[in-house]
Amino acid sequence: MDIFGRLTIEAFPFYSAIAATGAAVTVLGALSVIAVITYLRAWRVVLLDWVSSLDHKKIGIMYVMLALVMLMRGFIDAAMMRSQQAIASGNDGYLPADHFDQIFTSHGTIMIFFMAMPFLSGLINHIMPQQIGSRDVAFPFMNAISLWLTAAGAGLVLISLVIGKFSTAGWTGYPPYSGAEYNPGVGVDYWLWAVLIAGAGSTMSGINFLVTILKCRAPGMQLFRMPLFTWTVFVTSILMIFAFPALTVAGGLLALDRTFGMHFFTNAMGGNMMNYINLFWLWGHPEVYILILPAFGVFSEVVATFSQKRLFGYISLVLATMAIGILSFSVWLHHFFTMGSSADVNSFFGIMTTIIAVPTGVKVFDWLLTMYRGRIIFKPPMLYTIGFLVTFVIGGLSGVLLALPPVDYVMHNTTFLVAHFHNMIIPGVLFGYLAGYMFWFPKAFGFKLNEKWGTWSFWCWIIGFYLAFMPLYVLGLMGMPRRMEHYDIAAWQPHLVVAAAGAFIIFLGIICLGVQLAVSIRDRRQALDLSGDPWNGRSLEWATSSPPAPYNFATLPHVQDIDAFWDMKQRGVAHQRPGRYVDIILPKNTFIAAFIGGAGFVFGFAMVWHIWWLAIVSLVAIALAIIVRAFDDDTDTIMPATEVKELEDARFAQLAKAPRNEMADDPGFAGGSVPEGST
Amino acid sequence: MTAGGSTTTETGSVPVSATRTYEERAFGFWIYLMSDAIIFALLFATYVVMLGNTAGGPTGRELFSLERAGAETALLLLSSTTFGFASVALAASDRPRVLQWLAVTAALGLGFLFLELDEFSGMIAQEAGPDRSGFLSAFFALVGTHGLHVSVGILWILVMMTQVLVKGLTRPVASRLVRLGLFWHFLDIIWVAIFSIVYLPGVI
Repeated sequence: MDIFGRLTIEAFPFYSAIAATGAAVTVLGALSVIAVITYLRAWRVVLLDWVSSLDHKKIGIMYVMLALVMLMRGFIDAAMMRSQQAIASGNDGYLPADHFDQIFTSHGTIMIFFMAMPFLSGLINHIMPQQIGSRDVAFPFMNAISLWLTAAGAGLVLISLVIGKFSTAGWTGYPPYSGAEYNPGVGVDYWLWAVLIAGAGSTMSGINFLVTILKCRAPGMQLFRMPLFTWTVFVTSILMIFAFPALTVAGGLLALDRTFGMHFFTNAMGGNMMNYINLFWLWGHPEVYILILPAFGVFSEVVATFSQKRLFGYISLVLATMAIGILSFSVWLHHFFTMGSSADVNSFFGIMTTIIAVPTGVKVFDWLLTMYRGRIIFKPPMLYTIGFLVTFVIGGLSGVLLALPPVDYVMHNTTFLVAHFHNMIIPGVLFGYLAGYMFWFPKAFGFKLNEKWGTWSFWCWIIGFYLAFMPLYVLGLMGMPRRMEHYDIAAWQPHLVVAAAGAFIIFLGIICLGVQLAVSIRDRRQALDLSGDPWNGRSLEWATSSPPAPYNFATLPHVQDIDAFWDMKQRGVAHQRPGRYVDIILPKNTFIAAFIGGAGFVFGFAMVWHIWWLAIVSLVAIALAIIVRAFDDDTDTIMPATEVKELEDARFAQLAKAPRNEMADDPGFAGGSVPEGST
Repeated sequence: MTAGGSTTTETGSVPVSATRTYEERAFGFWIYLMSDAIIFALLFATYVVMLGNTAGGPTGRELFSLERAGAETALLLLSSTTFGFASVALAASDRPRVLQWLAVTAALGLGFLFLELDEFSGMIAQEAGPDRSGFLSAFFALVGTHGLHVSVGILWILVMMTQVLVKGLTRPVASRLVRLGLFWHFLDIIWVAIFSIVYLPGVI
């Protein structure tokens, strides 16, 4: 059986009913997607218009679809943990320890790498080029490679449910437990290769976004006229470029340990396991800000739009973002105060950690002062933003508490920590992405999302959040360690039951999101966004049609102010027809990027199962694909000016039909700029 | 001109916009090199941290030969010079000379790789392979990662020689050669650091 490496028939999870169910659900999910596409006869569209597309907007949409699918999967993991802990007081519950460990590992891995990362890459891809008045990202082909490598990593996590097992070492994979000596199976390898392959994609995304922002801005779009979302993407990209190499090195060296018996992090033979923890968090802490800064950007856009006011303290928000970016590289040791560094070292990192709360606080005040004396319109994105502000401050306070090394010695590894970081990441990151999803959905698809179900989803999410995580603070103070599969202290159980109830309400919130999408697609004709500017928006993405033409802007806009589109509306020059149209260069579709992602998936699978010949074949295939692409100088296509004119004529006809802007009907409407067609 | 009217970048025909993309690519490649430099920085840091972790196995003093490292350095630095000559020939649009100098560069790179692989196999043969100790793991990872980059660089040179032969010194080919040059010189700088941090202190 050598040609299959260590892959045998025992890899299929027939040993456990629960694991087999998980595998069956995964397989059925994949089959039903295939069935639906076949039933709709949509294979041509899926392959020719989407899989092979290099359009940044379509790539963005595919990223968000991946993120939403993985959000379901990650949530199922969370629900299993919550239900297990709710019942496993003095008994074993329904999950064996080995299975429980895989679940908390995959929950963290999925939520960080395959929910949050694709979600932010998707929002950035779709919106950032439009905000700076660009027709595309700088490197459309590399952009598609990033997407498909991320999908390859997600695929590895998913297939681990069907073939073999996932890691039991937690999403951080600390050695020596994650080393070959104590964890000889394939689980850690699945985790490693999923993370390494997706991480390569993220590094490329960072380069792509940074070059786009620095090189592809429209005339007049000076750096200090860029919308806040673009500013946060700028800093996040820098963090991606400089932080992800640390993950590559940490993961790569652990892979060398596991695969070739080296001794970077082993217990004996000169290994130094603490080096792994340093390297991992050297990436891991900036990663927290990679996730949260774009969400801060979304909140900034949303709060200004729905307060109908210019963002308060634009410069201070930019500087605070920069400060967070720099400081994020100086706090990583607070993840392991208990490692035993000297008091001086711990103090330094404790102080830096409390300092990083300052620019974050500046931002909170800026958002509050934007709302102050604004005329707030409570659409779902704004609700998520307000929910974020209140909840995030609580999480931030618990973080400042944990930043004190003596406190951390007591709280370390308890559910207090779990409560703290969920208190940052759910309101800070996920609420931001959901706000962005509801805010920009009409831009991407040309119709608005149902507001009633959006509001319901918000209330379920926020109530569920408090119920699910506030008890964990209490449990942490009571001394409950994180990641417990069962426990003997009866006093913990009531809190865990409340937490499970919270998880159930969050589940209702996810259902609301699904219903919202379904209802909105059904009723889309009543919610069409003909103007391209449904929220009376301020930045340039609202100047394009909804959905935007492939080239976004027929003629590049000239920017004269912060809030460029608002300014154009005020000057009465929004939506002016140019004298003539010009030919526009667009990237041609290609399957090579998706092929590279597929080969990356096969490579990861081969490395997990030690199928060496297959690993070599897939690497050679990737190299050949890149060389073939390098020989192709005919990668662009030209859309002739006549075709541009046709699309733009249709667009202006649509604008003329656009009804009065809905924001003007709101009792809170502040007057001022409303888009064309809204008389 | 109306707001949102045509701009200088657009009034020209197609090549104007294409020039911009070559600039973007060169700039993006610089940023990639910065990211790659972080990978090497962390591998250097790991190496230095693990310098004493020999687990009773051989140390650098017993394993490294300054003659070999010197020869490797000479080959690689010379290859950077010859790549420089290729760049000069590229600026003069002298296709045969570009090809000649690229071939010389690739040959020197292969010579370097041969010496390095010979060193590696010699170490493995005397029970000083990467699985012997933490120190040796770090050594092989650092120097091996550089060697892997050189291998990719040689493959890239061969691909570019083919492109120069088949396509001539077109704009896209020339722009790729510029980025290849950046990559090749970058590897030289990394090697100088390897020589100074790994081999030189190792034998003193």
